[in-house]
Amino acid sequence: MEIIDILLTANFWAAALRIATPLIFGVLGALICERAGVLNLGIEGIFTAGAMAGWMAVWLGAGLWGGVLFAALAGSFFGLIHAILTVPLGLSQHVSGIGVTLLATSLSYFTYRTALPDVSSPPRIIPFQPLDIPILSDLPFIGPALLSQTALTMLALVMVFVTGWVLYRTPLGLAIRAVGDNPSSVEAQGLSVYALRIGAVVAGSSLMALGGAFLTMSAFDAFFFGMINGRGWVCIALTVFASWRPGKALLGALLFGAFDAFQVRLQTEVGAFLPSQVFLMMPYLLSIAALIIVARKADYPKALLVPWFKGQR
Amino acid sequence: MSSAANPSLKTSRQLLLQLAAITKKFGPLIANDAIDLDLHKGEIVALLGENGAGKTTLMNILFGHYVADAGTVMVAGADGILAPLEPGAPQAALDAGIGMVHQHFALAENLSGLDNIVLGTEPIFRLRRDRTKARTKLAKLMAGSGLNVDLNQPVHKLTVGEKQRIEILKALYRDARLLVLDEPTAVLTPQEADSLFATLRQLAATGLSVIIIAHKLAEVLAVSHRIAVLRGGKKVGEMATDQADRRSIAELMVGRDVPVSRRSERAPGKPVIALRDVTIDRGDARRSLHGVNLMAREGEILGIAGVSGNGQAALAQLIAGLDRPDIGSVEIFGEKVTKFDAHQFAQNGIARIPEDRHHDGMVGSMTVAENIAIEDVRSRDYQKFGFLDFEAIRKRAEHAIVDYDVRCPGPDAPARLLSGGNIQKLILARVLEKSPKLILANQPSRGLDVGAQSEVHRRLLEAREGGAAVILISEDLDELLTLSDQIAVIHAGHVSAAIAAHDIDRSELGLMMAGQKKTDENTPRSGDPA
Ligand SMILES: Nc1ncnc2c1ncn2[C@@H]1O[C@H](COP(=O)(O)OP(=O)(O)O)[C@@H](O)[C@H]1O
Ligand SMILES: [Mg+2]
Repeated sequence: MEIIDILLTANFWAAALRIATPLIFGVLGALICERAGVLNLGIEGIFTAGAMAGWMAVWLGAGLWGGVLFAALAGSFFGLIHAILTVPLGLSQHVSGIGVTLLATSLSYFTYRTALPDVSSPPRIIPFQPLDIPILSDLPFIGPALLSQTALTMLALVMVFVTGWVLYRTPLGLAIRAVGDNPSSVEAQGLSVYALRIGAVVAGSSLMALGGAFLTMSAFDAFFFGMINGRGWVCIALTVFASWRPGKALLGALLFGAFDAFQVRLQTEVGAFLPSQVFLMMPYLLSIAALIIVARKADYPKALLVPWFKGQR
Repeated sequence: MSSAANPSLKTSRQLLLQLAAITKKFGPLIANDAIDLDLHKGEIVALLGENGAGKTTLMNILFGHYVADAGTVMVAGADGILAPLEPGAPQAALDAGIGMVHQHFALAENLSGLDNIVLGTEPIFRLRRDRTKARTKLAKLMAGSGLNVDLNQPVHKLTVGEKQRIEILKALYRDARLLVLDEPTAVLTPQEADSLFATLRQLAATGLSVIIIAHKLAEVLAVSHRIAVLRGGKKVGEMATDQADRRSIAELMVGRDVPVSRRSERAPGKPVIALRDVTIDRGDARRSLHGVNLMAREGEILGIAGVSGNGQAALAQLIAGLDRPDIGSVEIFGEKVTKFDAHQFAQNGIARIPEDRHHDGMVGSMTVAENIAIEDVRSRDYQKFGFLDFEAIRKRAEHAIVDYDVRCPGPDAPARLLSGGNIQKLILARVLEKSPKLILANQPSRGLDVGAQSEVHRRLLEAREGGAAVILISEDLDELLTLSDQIAVIHAGHVSAAIAAHDIDRSELGLMMAGQKKTDENTPRSGDPA
């Protein structure tokens, strides 16, 4: 099969979108936090917590959407921890973020092991099933690519639009963009820097958790250790690639998804000559390359990483 | 409206604001000490004081950025009855009709002017923003006040003058009854400042009350009805503007006679640094030099006059060893420099007072003591067994704080807490204590108050007296004429021959600075050894 042929199949793009879905949630979450001036390296752990909480809720009988809600709540819980440490207390955002990742990951594993002390193969749930949306699936090319997607992927696509709308079309988004550039501008207009930043981090974190939930409730049907596998870190890089814009975030996630889907297909084609690890490496290498090209001109939110304290200058 | 005439005050004497016994401490430092201040409707009050006197602190308390340790803020409501203002809540201040134009603008640079103005005025949880009403109101405000600015531009694209207009419009958009302006003229050109004053007078005539903070007397005399003077956190005087005279206010501000610096007669010594036909071409005119010849000698102050942005930055970089000439050479004590390296230059006794003192002159997050030692950490004096000797550094800093009158909470306070004048004193202490051979002073007194300015002048003259060469880059003709022995003019990267200061015609200097007269004509340099 020719390389071009791979790129032209709806099947390929369906896979790319599936791989991109958790990243879309993650990048949107990360960019909301960063737009408000807070780097959230808790993302990797929050993914794990979301994956675990969502799956477990369903397993305990909460229903699929109950699981989604539960994952979001778990995400906002860890987001709140990160927000309190970094916003009013002004601690290092890097240190706190890594701490939250370690805490959320270990707590998730701990809960899983405590609930299921002696299972060898993880119990399965019935995950989200592919949707058949009447008009969309009739479209040429896009239809089949969308056809095999679940409701969570649709939700991710809707969230791209919602995040864009909130950031650029509402007073709340205006305030979030302002607080990430110059907190004093917000305080001088009578708004609370702390409330905005904490709110943004909590909201962003719950979106990140949905990325994790997608893995256990749609891509797979169970929770495994190590299943997040660096997806959170990829999102942090993609946020820069996206210049903190939701539309570009979707593009970046799709690009990464496409690289990943492509390497899988390439492996089956030329896998005989090269070790499979080389292919696994490819999307990461390409995203580093893309980052190098884009990030040199990146226009960081000016107050990113800079703590702000009331009554101090 | 003539700018010299005092605006006459025809107000109903309706009290709008009453600050009573406001006290604020930062650690051991008393930034505001029981300050009282009243303000009436339609009145312009000027708040004067040296850097660090407590002006900004007082206004930050009024606006709710800071909470006072003691005292009350009373604001008249719509009914004219005074009521206490909730402390520490900018929202409450805004609701009470108080608007503030911050010393360092409180604007989000990534947003448009319009967004900055509207921010916080609409309910936050809304699905849409409606900008038509805001636009109409602002168009009316701009037409009425003459504060014209393109509201759609992102703020980072605006000039400082335009940013300031956005700040004022922010307050007017919220129907402010009281406008506080913190050092509004520090960043403006004289023309912009004049137009700001005209606007303020016009707004006051319509009933707006204004508190304007300044440290340039002339401006304040022209615009205000009343003057209140702060010094060391206390209110030391208050008077109607038409009964005030410049000299007595200056004394009130500084607390003593402001000494007038005088240059003594002194024959210059050997050349310390000489530039020979130096050309640096960096594409843009601000950073380029063209065939520059220049010489600074021991015991002599060489003034470089020019409107900023004409190559001063390139010159300063070169003399500090941070850049190298494309063509031409530099000699230090008669020896041609081969290695352009800032550390090497410093070793040769070249010290600099940088133009942007906040950015290049100190590290805000480091302590006062560390900032004083920062250029000499390799010196044996500050080391013990190869480690930094913090005891020695602290001792050195304690001396500097006393000798140079640096007002700060102590050697361990972070340097960012210091006001501009005190940062400059700290830099002077660092620079002059090393007995440098050449001092590169780039705009050393820009933005400083009278007291700090006269201190800087005195110290530079003292260094000259001690045999140092000084290169003084400045825009201020008065400063150049009082301090310099020789003056050269820089324009568009060309530097004129140096002229003895007593031969200089002020207006000619002005014309050369404006580029009206050629700068590279070869006027013989008087006193040049043949
Ligand atoms: N947030 C703060 N923390 C510590 N010290 C401060 C703070 N704000 C101001 N100061 C100190 O209070 C004094 C008064 O400062 P300020 O009100 O800014 O003076 P001015 O505006 O008159 O130049 C200065 O010595 C300054 O260093
Ligand atoms: Mg001030």
